[in-house]
Amino acid sequence: MSSSISQEADKPVQRHTISVLVENKFGVLARIAGMFSGRGFNIHSLNVAPTHDRKLSRITAVVRGDDATLDQINKQLLKLINVIEVVDFKTGEAVERELIVVKLKADSRTRSEIIQITDIFRAKIINVATDSVIIELTGDEGKTAAFLKLVEPFGILELSRTGKLAMRR
Amino acid sequence: MKTDSTVESFPQPEIGPEMKGADAVVEALVREGVEVVFAYPGGASREFHQALTRRTDKIRTILPRHEQGGVFAAEGYARATGRAGVCMATSGPGATNLISGIADAFMDSIPLVAITGQVFQKFIGKSAFQETDFFGMTLPIVKHSYLVLDPHDIPHVIKEAFLIAQSGRPGPVVIDIPKDVQQARFQPVFPATVELRRRKRPPLASDEELLPILDLIANARQPVLYVGGGIISAEAEEELFKFVELTDIPVATTLMGVGAFPETHKRSLKWFGMHGSVYGNWAVHHSDLLLTFGARFDDRITGDTEKFAPHATIVHVDIDPSEHNKNKKVDLPIVSEVKHALSRLNALIKSRNFKAPDFHAWHEKIAEWKRDYPFAYEKSEHIVPQEAIEVLSELTGGDAIITTGVGQHQMWTAQFYNFTKPRRYISSLGLGAMGFGYPAALGAKVAHPDKQVIDVDGDGSFLMNVQELATAKIEGIAAKAMILNNQHLGMVVQWEDRFYNSVRGHTILGDPKNIGGPDNLEGIYPDYLKIAEGFGVKARRVHKREELRDAIQEMLDHDGPYLLDVIVPYTEHVLPMIPGGRSVNEMIIK
Repeated sequence: MSSSISQEADKPVQRHTISVLVENKFGVLARIAGMFSGRGFNIHSLNVAPTHDRKLSRITAVVRGDDATLDQINKQLLKLINVIEVVDFKTGEAVERELIVVKLKADSRTRSEIIQITDIFRAKIINVATDSVIIELTGDEGKTAAFLKLVEPFGILELSRTGKLAMRR
Repeated sequence: MKTDSTVESFPQPEIGPEMKGADAVVEALVREGVEVVFAYPGGASREFHQALTRRTDKIRTILPRHEQGGVFAAEGYARATGRAGVCMATSGPGATNLISGIADAFMDSIPLVAITGQVFQKFIGKSAFQETDFFGMTLPIVKHSYLVLDPHDIPHVIKEAFLIAQSGRPGPVVIDIPKDVQQARFQPVFPATVELRRRKRPPLASDEELLPILDLIANARQPVLYVGGGIISAEAEEELFKFVELTDIPVATTLMGVGAFPETHKRSLKWFGMHGSVYGNWAVHHSDLLLTFGARFDDRITGDTEKFAPHATIVHVDIDPSEHNKNKKVDLPIVSEVKHALSRLNALIKSRNFKAPDFHAWHEKIAEWKRDYPFAYEKSEHIVPQEAIEVLSELTGGDAIITTGVGQHQMWTAQFYNFTKPRRYISSLGLGAMGFGYPAALGAKVAHPDKQVIDVDGDGSFLMNVQELATAKIEGIAAKAMILNNQHLGMVVQWEDRFYNSVRGHTILGDPKNIGGPDNLEGIYPDYLKIAEGFGVKARRVHKREELRDAIQEMLDHDGPYLLDVIVPYTEHVLPMIPGGRSVNEMIIK
């Protein structure tokens, strides 16, 4: 918390990954999601699951906003009684990963090329059908984006993703 | 649990006898020192009421005539004392009727514990009779909330709820308890203390953080203190007074801060903002240093934030860091409990022999503004509302607890009543909930039976909770109501007059075909004297100036609830006025 004399500056909108440690109590996700919508903050992605301590859950949210908005998001989160800790990761501070599961159109002509791309990305085919395959891929934002760009021409039938997870290096 | 003397220094939990969940709720309230609850029963809260009948030795249960009256009364109690007000309602409609009061407590940071009955757990989510997701419904307007699913959690939850409601920046806490949890028999364990997982101890600024304030004062020529409700909830009025005596900096309060500094003091600028004093607004506008304590840069204070205090270095001391830079970017944000900050500043001033500069020229300029632009109104042949409030202020010596509804009368009360102590102006300020005044007066009167408590109300606001006259009568609560009856929704009429060519958009409260007023007494509608008579409450109507003083005195002297219906013209406007989103330069003075 800075208490120095601050300067007015127009900061551009950025994407931040925020990791929120919360008590695993009734309604805690609704409380956090409601705070975001009620105060007009944007969530790009959101992931929630218990930690190794079953009394605690970790929420990883990717949010968009300028510096002032991000400052407010952090402080408003900390006001919630069930929130224990908020960490706002700056670029490079954390290892970031996302798991995506994608169903592609695939027939005998395209299947082998898809398998090649899958291998290059160290992704995994987890289901094969006559006209489709399902692929699982883990990676950071750059990797998942590159992969999706490459396979898009085959035809994406369905896409599911966990949203980003982050951990301090 | 007094057997083990070696661990006496550690407060021990107390194991109670077997009882029902509802009894455990009431026992936990007793242990929190609750002396009164405002509770309206229903199917899902009957158990609470049965339990309350067993502890009448400790807790007075007041039956409001509407749940909204109950929650506003609990708020009135909280605002008058600083302790959490407690209200109860049944599930579904009982609970939803509490919502305005919970939202109000959230906006004005008032400690409140609202306990609601919920349907049996097995019916939750089934659209059962009188079921609503009250926990979900209130999420955006609570400091915290609970749905209690296990009776063993009751003692802990209640203790934690009071801790949360009353500590840090206060606020409302909702506890929703299904009926099977209320009925379950078990042996409660009442904890002696509770701790939150993440300790939310009040933040205390260090001397190093506070010292720059003295440097800023040393270099200021036109400083102003801008203080809000934070001073009152922190009970820091003495520290503030001392700070002003030491530095000679003039003080402008917000409406929430009215009474934090005596308005009769020479350094008082009364309050500022949309309808605040000309001199208060100008002083803030022309300040070169604005010292903000326990306030939140509400839009009714700042108008256009870009143009607010444009020449000032702004310091913002607040217990809640999320208020820093939320509405207005400030130069020096300091996270601190304000009582601590002010008392440390006072100590530093003394230990360092700090002398504030001579602000004589600044004081002179302000004195000139005060002289030229006081709160003023033109006397009329009729009683005008401002005059009635002035007389009330005079006859009560400025020491009564005044509650209000919302609208013109609310502003005039703050303008023309001289408040010298905190917790005397009790009003729904952030939410602006009409109907607040009379039930809040009931709560304040229950808290302070020896004080005069008067609801200065509008005819619109008063009618919204008129049923509480029954509570006053039956419970013997001697709260007075002085209705400034202008037969209109005055504040909206004022905006219609100023900005909508006086087109009346459903703002006439009487009969539009025969609008009552001081010149048409037959047209007055409704007849508050008959209403009061029906409730068994003494009442009087006054419309002649020469009878005003006597009528107010009669109201004050009456030993019981009283309704004074003051007939006033609807043509008065609240001035000054800074239209919404504008700046001080656009203030309408005449």
